[in-house]
Amino acid sequence: MIIKNKTIVADDWIVLRLNEQESAENVAVPEGKMIVPLQVWLQQRDALQQRAEIGVWLSSAERPEDLKDDLNRFSVIAVDFPKFSDGRGYSIAYNLRARLGYTGELRAIGDVLRDQLFYMQRVGFDAFAIRSDRNIEDALKGLTDFSEVYQTSFDHKLPLFRRVPRKGNSAADMVNE
Amino acid sequence: MYRYDEYDQQIVNERVKQYRDQVRRRLSGELTEEEFLPLRLQNGLYMQIHAYMLRIAVPYGLISSKQMRMFAHIARKYDRGYGHFTTRQNIQFNWLKLEDTPDILADLASVEMHAIQTSGNCVRNITSDEFAGVAQDEVVDPRPYAEILRQWSTFHPEFAYLPRKFKIAISGGKEDRAAVYAHDIGLSATKNAQGEVGFRVLVGGGLGRTPIIGSEICEFVPWQHILTYVESILRIYNQYGRRDNKYKARIKILVKALGIDEFKRQVEADWADLKDGHGTLTIEEVNRVATFFTDPDYEKLTDHDSQLNEFKADSRSFSNWMLRNVKAHRVPGYAIVVLSLKKPGNAPGDATAEQMDAIADLAERYSFGELRVTHKQNLVLADVRQKDLVRLWQEATAHELTAPNIGLLTDIISCPGAEFCTLANARSIPLAQLIAERFEDWDFQHDIGEITLNISGCVNACGQHHIGNIGITGVEKKDHDEWYQVSLGGAEGNLSSIGKIIGPSFTFNQVPEVIDRLLQVYLRERLEAESFIDTVRRIGHVPFKEHVYATDFVVEEEEIVDKHVVVPAQYSVPYYSPRF
Repeated sequence: MIIKNKTIVADDWIVLRLNEQESAENVAVPEGKMIVPLQVWLQQRDALQQRAEIGVWLSSAERPEDLKDDLNRFSVIAVDFPKFSDGRGYSIAYNLRARLGYTGELRAIGDVLRDQLFYMQRVGFDAFAIRSDRNIEDALKGLTDFSEVYQTSFDHKLPLFRRVPRKGNSAADMVNE
Repeated sequence: MYRYDEYDQQIVNERVKQYRDQVRRRLSGELTEEEFLPLRLQNGLYMQIHAYMLRIAVPYGLISSKQMRMFAHIARKYDRGYGHFTTRQNIQFNWLKLEDTPDILADLASVEMHAIQTSGNCVRNITSDEFAGVAQDEVVDPRPYAEILRQWSTFHPEFAYLPRKFKIAISGGKEDRAAVYAHDIGLSATKNAQGEVGFRVLVGGGLGRTPIIGSEICEFVPWQHILTYVESILRIYNQYGRRDNKYKARIKILVKALGIDEFKRQVEADWADLKDGHGTLTIEEVNRVATFFTDPDYEKLTDHDSQLNEFKADSRSFSNWMLRNVKAHRVPGYAIVVLSLKKPGNAPGDATAEQMDAIADLAERYSFGELRVTHKQNLVLADVRQKDLVRLWQEATAHELTAPNIGLLTDIISCPGAEFCTLANARSIPLAQLIAERFEDWDFQHDIGEITLNISGCVNACGQHHIGNIGITGVEKKDHDEWYQVSLGGAEGNLSSIGKIIGPSFTFNQVPEVIDRLLQVYLRERLEAESFIDTVRRIGHVPFKEHVYATDFVVEEEEIVDKHVVVPAQYSVPYYSPRF
């Protein structure tokens, strides 16, 4: 199960992770709906692009620009969070959406927990593979922690000060007196 | 000062709710300590040696009487009756229980305060000039921009898990009073030849174990573009800052590795499509926020008050205080008053609940109900009528807030040190007390004149020892022994510099004697009206170093029974410990 478009849905994609003996060049990519590492895609592009459905995932150290000519070949692009404190994936997502114009499913995988979800959806993730030892219903609540935000990101093209009329001094005095 | 509208209030209220649930999940075991750690840190909650410490944001140091009274309330109800003002213009409470912290945040939210991003690897509280809006040398009032940056950085979704913490300071005077050279980003608000407002942007400054003075990345970023420009700096840092080594993770290391020119090229490439985009600041927003920082209702007064001069002639203590703690105001008949939290014998930056209440009253009676926290751990009443100075001094003296030592030797900046902090190698506050007591004599201090003395309990430099004229750092040589390195020649302001270590380290009890010897060299060598730092710059380190190490130290070392036991020396009450 994953969270997609703010609901819990069944999911049959498989994330391919290489073990130490395997190389991106030689690994056999099983049949079915596979999300392959970026390096596997780059090495085995000719064969993989024949498939009806294929996904790719980026590690937090990889660059989304490497996919810029292939973006609409993928049913899903995933970004791996090796641990929740590694925040590079947020900028990868932002760049994929805002700079490269990717419009398909963007999925957070790896160390993905409830308290990151609000930020993740703001930078452009619309799917979340919650860490398997955690309750996915509980994680869903993380998407609605806040009902308003100050700054632009992928979700809000306008900052709060351009979106709503805000009060200056004289009016603000009345809010909390 | 800034007041919340319904959006600000809602965001802070929702934060309290979110945090309350995070604490609930931690207490029920749903969250491991490892998972809870970044969550609590993003909310300023540390696990210290004896208890939890909560760091509360005082945005750019500005605080109202009502908010100060809330600090007094928190000190009484949840802590041990006092709080500690920090070098980043925040306040810390040191003796809290985890389960109380959601209620504390709810109390804070009721007075438009929070602890958001006061710790963790995110954009921290924005700091600024404590004399903003009242300084005579001000070019641009930095406060509206500081507030705009506060809002922009609050819960920024992309920059909550940076390689390391990120500190932004902003100043707007000719003289830098916000240590902009010592921050990850330093913004110096200025005007160009056409009179348009913009920012000189410095990047990659910082203290810690690799002290570096910031480099100029752009000489002038027009005000409209400051948010997007800062965003691009953060994005480059977030992607390329080192994450393999905590000690090399600050932006200064990245800037050094790439070189400022290459770093600038990358930032401006990222910025190209943001420039003039929707994130660009509007004049309406700047004007709206600026309505909160307009002048209070100043009376039409003159600078000359005969009663004041009479009293000054009568009272030595008062005239000393006038000399050191009262600063010129840009409006005639008004003065800026610095309340000293450095009375010799007290812990630098500490204020008791009673003092906080008294300070709130003083601000209400004499300074339009507002205060500022300084990065030197004192408090400022920014708008005092000169004719009220005598009364204010008398009342503040009753609460031990008028030590006439601002900018002098006993105005010591100190981190909490090893009695509280798990990072520290050595005690800071007791050393500050020892030094202050040795040099308490006011005539001596006034003779020495302007000098800064900073103490950090470890290399992380919370006491900003690198930019102290005299800097003291706690170092561990072996097996929990307490040693101190002494550095010389650091400075902040327009002529910022990093101090250099003078030689082998000293024991706790040797440090005051070391300082005395440094001062002897200064007294011997100084030219007329030359400050300590100017003498150091003119004659160099060698004469100081030679004199300090020329003769043995005759000091009695205290007998430490078991150096592995951490004793909260000043506190005899039983303590709540999350660790043991």
